[in-house]
Amino acid sequence: MPGDLKEGRIVIVGASLAGLRAAEALREEGFTGSLTVVGDEPHPPYDRPPLSKQVLLGQATADSTGLPMRRDPDADWRLGVRATGVDLLAKQVLLEDGEPLPYDRLLIATGTRARPWPNPEEALLDGVFTLRTREDAGGLAQRLAAGPERVLVIGGGFTGSEIASACRERGLEVTVAERGPAPLVGALGGTLSKLAAVMHRNHGVDLRTGVTVTALHGNGGFTGAELSDGSRVDADVCVVALGAVRNVEWLAESGLAAGPRGIACDAGCRAFNMYGIVTDDVFVAGDVSRFPHPLFGYQMLSLEHWGNAVEQAEVAAHNMVNPGPLQRPHLAVPTFWSTQFGLNIKSVGVPTYSDHVVIAQGSLEARRLAMVYGYQGRVTAAVTVDMAKSLDYYRHLIETAAPFPPPTGAADRAIAADVPIPSDVPDPKGLSHGPTVALTGYLPDRRLTVVQPTG
Amino acid sequence: MDSETLLARITDYANRPNPYPLYAELRESGPVVRQADGGYLVGTYHEIAALLHDPRMSVDPRTRGEVTHKPPFLRLDDPEHHRLRTLAMRPFGPPHSPGRVDAMRGEIDQITKELMDSFEAGRQIDIVDDFAYPLPVTVICRLLGVPREDEPLFRAWSDALVAAADVRPEAETTETDKAGDQARIEMGGYLVNLAEQRRGNPSDDMLSAFVNEPDPALRLTQEELAETAVLLLIAGHETTVNLIANGVLTLLRQPEHLDQLRRDHDLLPRAVEELLRYEPPVHIRERIPLADIDVAGTPIAQGTSVVLVLASGNRDAMRFHEPDRFDPTRPDNEHLGFGSGIHLCYGAPLARIEAQAALGALLPHLGTARLVQDPPPYRQNAMLRGPRHLPIQL
Repeated sequence: MPGDLKEGRIVIVGASLAGLRAAEALREEGFTGSLTVVGDEPHPPYDRPPLSKQVLLGQATADSTGLPMRRDPDADWRLGVRATGVDLLAKQVLLEDGEPLPYDRLLIATGTRARPWPNPEEALLDGVFTLRTREDAGGLAQRLAAGPERVLVIGGGFTGSEIASACRERGLEVTVAERGPAPLVGALGGTLSKLAAVMHRNHGVDLRTGVTVTALHGNGGFTGAELSDGSRVDADVCVVALGAVRNVEWLAESGLAAGPRGIACDAGCRAFNMYGIVTDDVFVAGDVSRFPHPLFGYQMLSLEHWGNAVEQAEVAAHNMVNPGPLQRPHLAVPTFWSTQFGLNIKSVGVPTYSDHVVIAQGSLEARRLAMVYGYQGRVTAAVTVDMAKSLDYYRHLIETAAPFPPPTGAADRAIAADVPIPSDVPDPKGLSHGPTVALTGYLPDRRLTVVQPTG
Repeated sequence: MDSETLLARITDYANRPNPYPLYAELRESGPVVRQADGGYLVGTYHEIAALLHDPRMSVDPRTRGEVTHKPPFLRLDDPEHHRLRTLAMRPFGPPHSPGRVDAMRGEIDQITKELMDSFEAGRQIDIVDDFAYPLPVTVICRLLGVPREDEPLFRAWSDALVAAADVRPEAETTETDKAGDQARIEMGGYLVNLAEQRRGNPSDDMLSAFVNEPDPALRLTQEELAETAVLLLIAGHETTVNLIANGVLTLLRQPEHLDQLRRDHDLLPRAVEELLRYEPPVHIRERIPLADIDVAGTPIAQGTSVVLVLASGNRDAMRFHEPDRFDPTRPDNEHLGFGSGIHLCYGAPLARIEAQAALGALLPHLGTARLVQDPPPYRQNAMLRGPRHLPIQL
C-alpha cells in the first residue's frame, strides 16, 4: 500500500547538510512516522562553506554557522553518537553505544572527513590543522588571529586556496605547496589554474608547485616542513588540505556497495549492495554517494558540493516516501562556488569531464570570464570568474547537450573563443589533494591525452 | 494570423486594464510568436529566462543603429555594461556600500508616515498622487541628492523619457523620440550641475559619491555621470509607484488576502514577491540578437526585435502552480518581476523595502477602504504598466 510509505520508522545516519535537508523534506512530503537522525558530531547541523572563509577572516565565529531549519523535522536527534554498522537483514543500524536502531527505511548521509596527514606523529604536532569541522575552523581561526609568522598550506585545491586567501587578507605570510602544476588544476584544468596561480602570487602567496611536503618538523609545536625539492619552509602553523575521505568504513561489513569512492546508488538515490543489486529500503545522499548521471555518460559521479547535498537529499526523501512509479531521479547539473583572492568562482557541470575548453566571454587578463568545457564536441561544463549571472545560460547549454564550442555572438566574447584548447585536466594521482568531483567509472585523463606532433 | 497582431493588441491602450488574457493567448500560440512587423514575441517563462541570460542578446540600441550617444548601463552590453553598473553600484550596494539601502528603512518609514498624516477615515484619496508616487520620489531624491522641490522639473523630463522608451509598434514615434532626447539632455545637464556643486564638498548622497571618487580608474566621465544619474532618478521612482499602486489595487480586489496580511504582517515580504509576479510594474523588455539564434526551434535572425513579455512569463503554468491566483504564501516564487541575468534590476533591494514599508503602513487603513473606480484609469505606458490614478474611499 503506497500510503504505508508515509508511516513507519526512518533513520537518517549523518546530521549535516544532507541529513537535515532530507529530514525536512520527508516531513514536507507528508511523512508522519518516526524519524531519527544520528550524527557523530555533538552539534546540530551546521554549514561548512563559511568555515574556510568568514570564520578564518574573523567575520564569524565557528559556532555561528548553524544551519537554519526550514521547518522543524520533528526528529529524534541522536547527536554525538557514531553509527558502527548496518544489518540489512534485520533492518537495524548499530550504534557505538551498542543499541540497535531499527528502521523501515534508512538514509545514509555520512559525508566525508578531512584527509589526515599520513604521518600520525607529525599530524599531532601543535599548530598542524585540517579544516573540515567547526572545531577545526575555530582552532585555526584562533591561531590565525594570534598572528603566526608564517602559515604553510599543504594542497592547492579549493579549501587550500581559500585558506591561503584568508591568510593574505589577514596580512599573514603564507606558503602553499601543491603537487600539481598550479592551484585548482584538478578541479578546473590547466587554463584557469594559470589564472589561479597568478592570483596567488599577485596577492603575495609564496606558491610552490610541483612539490610535495615530505616531512613536518617540530618538537611539540610545528616549526616547519621539508619539501621534495630539498627546500624547507619555516612556519608555525600548517594546514593540511589534502581533500576528503568518504565516511564509509562503518559499512565495511554491511554488504552495501561502499568503498573509498563512496556508496554506489542508482539515479533515485537507492543504494546498491555489493553485488550491484539495488536495495529497496536503503538510500544515500550527499558527499558520501556516487551516482550515475546521464549528462556525463552515466558515469558514476561523486561530488563534494553543497548544492548536490541539498538536491540529492530532497530527491532521496521524496523517493523514500513514494512508490516506484512516482519516484524521481537526481539529475541536477552539478554546481559549486568559491570565493578567494577577491574572485567569485562558480562552476556548473563537470569541468573534469572534458577534452577542450574555450574562453567564451571575457578574458584571463580582465580576471572576469566564462570558460566553457567540452567533451567530444558537446558542452559539459562552464566556470565563471566574477561573471556568475552568465551561469544559467551555460547550464542550459549543458542540459541540452549543446555542441562545443558554444555558439558565437556574445557581446563580450573573447577573440580566444574561436580557439578551443586542450582542457588539460591532470591525472588526480598527480595532485596533492583529492578531487572534489570524481568520475568514478573511469579516469578522465585517459581520454584527454593530446598528441602534439613535433617538427 | 491573429497571433501576428498580439503586440499591437497588448500595447493598445484599451487593453491596459487587463492584458492577461492576451498573455494567455500569447503562451497558447507557442513559445515564440512572429509578429506582422517581422519581430517576435516571447511569453513563456523558461524561454524568457533563457533569453535574459543569453550573452548573445543585446540591449544596446546602437546594435540597430538607432542612436549614436552612449546609453546608460541599462541599455549597454557587457563589458561596458559591467563596468558602468559596477561603478554605479559602489555608493549604492555591496560590496562597497553594503548597508546603504537597509539603513534607509527608518527614513522610508518616516516618509510613509508623513504622507499618511493627511489620511482621514471617510475621505477619498488617490493612492497614486497622494502616496505611491511621492514616496519613491522622496526616497530617490534623498538617496541621489536631488532637491525634492525640483520634482515638477524632473517629472516633465521623466514623462518624456519614459514615453520615448515605451514599446509602440505601428506608431509614428519621431516626435516622441525627439522629445525624449531633449529631455535626456536637459535632465542630464541638470543632474551633472547638481553633482558638480558637491565636488570637493560632499554630502551623504550618491551624486556626491560619484564626483568625489578618489580613484581615477573608478570615476565616471561627465557623459557617463549624466546618463547614469538620469537612469537612477527615473528608474528609482517610475517603477515603484506602479508596484505600490498595483499592490493596493490587488489587495482591495482580494479582501481575503488583505485580511490575511492584516493578521500576519510577517507575510509582507512574500506578498511583495507575489505582487512582483502577479502584477509586476515592468511588463515588457526588448532584446536584439547579435547572431542568428534558435529559440525553442524557431530560428531568429541577427538584428530582429525580440520582445520578452515578462508579465506573461510570470503567469506561465509550466512554471508556476495556479499562476492566475494571487497567493502571498507562494513558495518557490522565482518571478521575472525584476528581470534576470546581468540586467537584473539594480534597485530591487530598495524597491522591496519601499513596497514592504508602503503596504505595511497602508494595511490598517485598507480594511474599510473601497475602490472608487475599478478598473482605475491606467497610464499610457504598456511597458511600465500601472494605474494613473487609484481613487479609494477610506
